[in-house]
Amino acid sequence: MDTTSEQGLPPDEAERIAAICEGVGDDPHRMLDILRAVQDELRWISPAAMGLIASRTGLSRIAVEGVASFYAFLSQAPKGRVTIRLCDDIVDRFAGMPEVAAAFEAALGIKVGETSADGAVSLEYTPCIGLCDQAPAAMINDVVLTGLTPGRAGDIAAALKAGQSPEELIAQDFLDLTPHERATRQVENNIRHAGASLLSPVPDGAGLAKALDMDPVRIIAEIEASGLRGCGGAGFGTGRKWRFAAETEAERRIIICNADEGEPGTFKDRVLLTERPHLLAEGMTIAARAVGASEGILYLRGEYVYLRDLIEEVLQDRRDRGLLGQGIGGQDFDFDIRLQLGAGAYICGEEGALISSCEGLPGEPKTRPPFPVTQGYLGLPTVVNNVETFCHAARILDQGAQWFSDMGHAGSHGTKLFSVSGDCLRPGVYELSYGLSVRELLAMAGGEDAAAVAVGGASGTMIARDQFDRCLSFDDLATGGSVVVFNGSRNILEIVEYYMSFFVHESCGFCTPCRVGNVFLHKAIGKFRKGLANPEDIEYLKDLSGTIIETSRCGLGTTSPKPILTTLENFPLVYAATVKPSKDRIRASFDIQSAIDDARHMAKRGSEIFDEDYSE
Amino acid sequence: MTGFTFTIDGVEVAAKDGQTIMEAADAAGIYIPRLCDHEGLRHQGACRVCTVKAGGRSVAACTQPAAPDQAVENETPHVTKLRRDLVEMLFHEGNHLCPICEASGNCELQAMAYRLDMTQPTRFPYLEPCRPLDASHPDIALDTNRCITCGRCIRASEEVDGKGVFGYVGRGIHRRVAVNGADLADTNAAITDFAISKEVCPVGCIIRKGEGFAIPIGEREFDKGLIGHEIEEKKRD
Amino acid sequence: MTELRKARIATASLAGCFGCHMAILDIDERLIELMKLVEVDRSPLTDIKRFTRRCDIGIIEGGCANEENVHVLRDFRRNCDVLIAIGQCAIMGGLPAMRNAIMHSDAPLRECLEEAFLTGRYIRNTTHQVPNDPALPLLLDEVYPCSEVVEIDYNIPGCAPSGDIIYETLAGLLAGKFSGFERHRIRFD
Repeated sequence: MDTTSEQGLPPDEAERIAAICEGVGDDPHRMLDILRAVQDELRWISPAAMGLIASRTGLSRIAVEGVASFYAFLSQAPKGRVTIRLCDDIVDRFAGMPEVAAAFEAALGIKVGETSADGAVSLEYTPCIGLCDQAPAAMINDVVLTGLTPGRAGDIAAALKAGQSPEELIAQDFLDLTPHERATRQVENNIRHAGASLLSPVPDGAGLAKALDMDPVRIIAEIEASGLRGCGGAGFGTGRKWRFAAETEAERRIIICNADEGEPGTFKDRVLLTERPHLLAEGMTIAARAVGASEGILYLRGEYVYLRDLIEEVLQDRRDRGLLGQGIGGQDFDFDIRLQLGAGAYICGEEGALISSCEGLPGEPKTRPPFPVTQGYLGLPTVVNNVETFCHAARILDQGAQWFSDMGHAGSHGTKLFSVSGDCLRPGVYELSYGLSVRELLAMAGGEDAAAVAVGGASGTMIARDQFDRCLSFDDLATGGSVVVFNGSRNILEIVEYYMSFFVHESCGFCTPCRVGNVFLHKAIGKFRKGLANPEDIEYLKDLSGTIIETSRCGLGTTSPKPILTTLENFPLVYAATVKPSKDRIRASFDIQSAIDDARHMAKRGSEIFDEDYSE
Repeated sequence: MTGFTFTIDGVEVAAKDGQTIMEAADAAGIYIPRLCDHEGLRHQGACRVCTVKAGGRSVAACTQPAAPDQAVENETPHVTKLRRDLVEMLFHEGNHLCPICEASGNCELQAMAYRLDMTQPTRFPYLEPCRPLDASHPDIALDTNRCITCGRCIRASEEVDGKGVFGYVGRGIHRRVAVNGADLADTNAAITDFAISKEVCPVGCIIRKGEGFAIPIGEREFDKGLIGHEIEEKKRD
Repeated sequence: MTELRKARIATASLAGCFGCHMAILDIDERLIELMKLVEVDRSPLTDIKRFTRRCDIGIIEGGCANEENVHVLRDFRRNCDVLIAIGQCAIMGGLPAMRNAIMHSDAPLRECLEEAFLTGRYIRNTTHQVPNDPALPLLLDEVYPCSEVVEIDYNIPGCAPSGDIIYETLAGLLAGKFSGFERHRIRFD
């Protein structure tokens, strides 16, 4: 069966694919790396390519297709040599992306979603790429461009047509720059406030040096005593997580860093990855020592591919200095980190889905129990923590649990990075102690005009002015870091509709309520926006949201209705103002004029019933 | 192997260590509605129709291990309402026109709707997919517009037939069952496969050619009894 | 309603096959009992074309495929206290709604009509035209369930519903004590 699919592959392509597979030892668990490489080189994953990859890795063709068809950055139709991905996030839209997109379309002569006939350029939309503080932004192959304008879009299109490489758009001497220079030429850090833990100057290697002198049990005790909780959003106790993994009997244990920050409006890990990559590696190494792991994976979201060289360089540097690899610190302690790139899937920020993705599978969450700390990556005890969490851990080992615990307030200790974007004067990253109010943060960011704030991004809480005194902490407004500011001119329903379209796009589709229910929620919001909703549709939204939350398998489905529920609660008039009550029990929400419009055009005549001033 | 007890809707049920809530319930003659789960195949927890409340949390009974002294809610009005919503979602996701479907009367989706007192699928908009029919195989046809992505055929082909004829492709609402080849005729599927047998596909997606309407509408499996009655009859023994 | 007055019933078939009207006759000999309680106003059964007066119960077969269906349905909603959708077409569009699922081009209605009258493999249409007599009502862009156009009070499922479920529902409503269907009566085929 598989052999038939291999036919029709040009010999040079077959050779290149074989070489890619061989480069990862034909390991099916490296499927994402293989498919990414094939996509980069051949610009698509053809059926024939899938057949060859399947036979090299010992999988069935359908298994390869399952992975290839899951990730947004992998394509089963030929893409242009240059793929322009315009960030479609609501912040980018409000910052002028529609005009930028129109300029690209005009200059390239193709619509969004199309590839030029000569195979040179593809133009498409992609959800939040983590650059909301410098929107509108776009990815062009492996580089990113920020602060786009229609004029700049025209220049970019012209340069690409003239044969410039995407890298040359950044700098003519791009390849001569250091990886750090390359990253900072593309993206501003926008660090607006440096707190004590992460963004103020940090000593190199101090935490790891202390950890190497400590008993693993004491390292975990120190982390537990600090009160550090996961910074990705869920807030599970980091020390406890490490302890569970350490206590599970196993030959091998795994440390995974979740650098897949995909929540719309979140970009704080981007800054840590750029400015504190050593601290991150240090934190992962400390975790490895604490739980007895020798293998680490840094899962970098595909949107941050522009940071790949920077991170690879840091990892190599640490290997060269004996801080990664065998016998770290002259002790009987081996640990190394592999960089795993994602390929466009928000769901991979979910712990189980991230592990699935690292294993070369579609990014589907795993059934729990078992939990990753006992059976995670390849069935091995696995610690998955966020970038920020690992960085804090390294600082805690250096400065002590008490130092960290004294910051913030009860239940929410330490500092937190907030990514602030949208309608404010100073968008960027703020490192602040937990417990400040939204109002205080808005004042720092120059967002006092805000009418609404999405705390925690799409899956967070949308609050109105009367709640700006609420507190940013695990007990009140929890957030993985995203704080998106909207002024009074923004249409709340447009924001909600965007967030729901985001969840429809990003649901993995494994379970019924999330796969199907979110589509219905999105359609229902569309009815509200068009003024075609009935009064009972408000109850419908609440009821359907409740079912999705109660029956979904993972955190995506249990939070996806939140944009609707929190706006229904905090902006009820927005909904009430648009509904159309039935008159004489005839639904005002059914639009007969639009329903007969196609037929009117085809028949070239009006309606005998509805176009006259008809009455019985 | 040691055992323990827990309760389902107040009835005490015996369970062995490692058993899921559904396995223990089945053994005790208590039916928990399910669509993606099938006896003899790996549990998946995808359709969520087997959602129960255990210790106040919603869990999928097919994958959730039973726990000592836990109080599980199964057929309460609230849980039944959640399940009805899920079944109705599946009706609206695909093209489930019972009047023209050969599986009508033998269809587990339809039978589940009856059991859950869903009188009509009108709650949601119809998504009306338009996927091509695969009639390439001499003995089998595939209409994935009726697929509920339960994946029973995938697991049956992998685990029982040892073939891997089917697999999931796509993401989100575009996730669906596809075949390991250009079309079904391009795979090693056979009419004798367990995956193709009547009991595996719960709906009218996998169609065995040449046997349509051999049993007339009105005299089919679920015309005779409510879905789940075989399990519930165990309790009366 | 007073005890003396017979309940008034109206029926209509929209985009349906009249199978549900036939199914009403499947009530069989119980029709005689039923007719002691009701009189039929506007209906194909009486050939009365317009409402002569307000009715207690309106029964709708079929969904809305064209503008006239919408018009009739709205007329029923205005003139009936209780409106019942009977059969899968009225409830969910049914067979006519299959066109919703097969038309996904930019001009779905054109695609559908051209397939039906011009390009379909088995078409013998000597005029080579899509019928367009002014008397033909305009088609809707898709086929709609009745509940999207007006509020529906009860849905009787089935294709067609059995005489039993129709009789039990009507008898229950007329007696003022309908409280839902018996589970074994619910059938979608």
